[in-house]
Amino acid sequence: MSTVYEQLGGEPAIDAAVDNFYRRVLNDPYVTPFFENTDMERQAAKQKAFLTMVTGGPNKYTGMDMREGHKHLVKMGLDDTHFDHIVCHLRSTLADLSVPAELIKTVIGVAESTRADVLNR
Amino acid sequence: MPTIRFEGNDYFCAEDETLLDSLERHGVMLPSSCKSGACQTCLTRALEGVPPVAAQKGVKDTLAAQGYFLACMCKPVEDMEIGLASVSPKYATQVLAKDQLNESVVRLRLELPTDFSYRAGQFINVIRASDDLTRSYSLASIPGDDFLELHVKRVPEGRMSTWLFDEVAVGDALNYFGPSGDSFYLADKPERPLLLAGAGTGLAPLYGILRDALACGHSGPVHIFHASLATAGLYLMDELRALADGHDNVHYTPCVLHGEAPAGGMQGNIVDIPAKELGSLRGYGVYLCGDPPIVNALRQKIFMAGASMKDIHSDPFVFAPA
Repeated sequence: MSTVYEQLGGEPAIDAAVDNFYRRVLNDPYVTPFFENTDMERQAAKQKAFLTMVTGGPNKYTGMDMREGHKHLVKMGLDDTHFDHIVCHLRSTLADLSVPAELIKTVIGVAESTRADVLNR
Repeated sequence: MPTIRFEGNDYFCAEDETLLDSLERHGVMLPSSCKSGACQTCLTRALEGVPPVAAQKGVKDTLAAQGYFLACMCKPVEDMEIGLASVSPKYATQVLAKDQLNESVVRLRLELPTDFSYRAGQFINVIRASDDLTRSYSLASIPGDDFLELHVKRVPEGRMSTWLFDEVAVGDALNYFGPSGDSFYLADKPERPLLLAGAGTGLAPLYGILRDALACGHSGPVHIFHASLATAGLYLMDELRALADGHDNVHYTPCVLHGEAPAGGMQGNIVDIPAKELGSLRGYGVYLCGDPPIVNALRQKIFMAGASMKDIHSDPFVFAPA
């Protein structure tokens, strides 16, 4: 069974998805406070790593990385509601790229599996 | 078995082993995170030897052109010397010409050392010999010119800029090292539209990139926006108008925040102007230069207007405390 990453078309598809996803995030005033004072290029690279991971592409991310990377944001008040917004933007991005519904479900399932680590619970 | 030279030591890389793993096995830990070519934490530069194609996949084009690659994706096929930062030799030059471009900007033309090569849009670090004070200045010249050109803005209390502005004279010796910077033109997409936007002496590298693109035969539209607080702060208007008049694809827009804009220009905030004027920026190659708050705001507006993050090149000035 090939991964969603492969079915989407690999790295070039992820590059297109990153721009789409990041634009949605920056357009959402509910989550933008967490993205202020970040280097946009580094942020885009992190989002690419995230999208690669949730689509089953090559990655070696661990729950520990997720915890460390979001610790300071949890201190700022990052909670389930913000996580929900990000998941929603991810779903919209995939739909925009014409990813079939059942594959979107798979990807969202992987994203959901990081919730506890991201929110440091 | 290829040899990897790093900080003066040689390490042997086993067959089918990545450079990152190999160095780790020898106890040398490069910064890394995803180990799968996505996060780019392990970005490394080849000083000697050519990295395999797979190791430059996804690396920004201007960085790849300078030999940057991902250590976690690099299975070396030949001997390489690598470095984390570029080390550049010092060059000695002298001032050939000094002209005031407006009340606070002076243009210095320096002798081009024979062994110095650079790309238009990069910067050099000028050193004051008396106390080794060092400051970065963008190059406004292009490699085809037989001089180096700097635009120096007189910063109140700025030690280097007031010295260059008030004291340095034609014939004086000047040292520098460099070049640095990854904001430069690549000739691989001559038909793509380009957007160049900057404020103040942020014009210097953009002027170089514009002339370089034209020298390389760029055929797509090139839009250059140069901003200042008021008309008195703009400069090189005649030169830029002449370039626009001489090339159908070049469009020059001087922009001022306050007061009346010069002919063909616009009044308003430079941060908003390019996206408002050009509409969708999808597919554009973008070059930004100037003070960090302006560059960062422009980058966000231009990205939101459709430009891809990997196509936005920027060179924010950082002012050292006086």
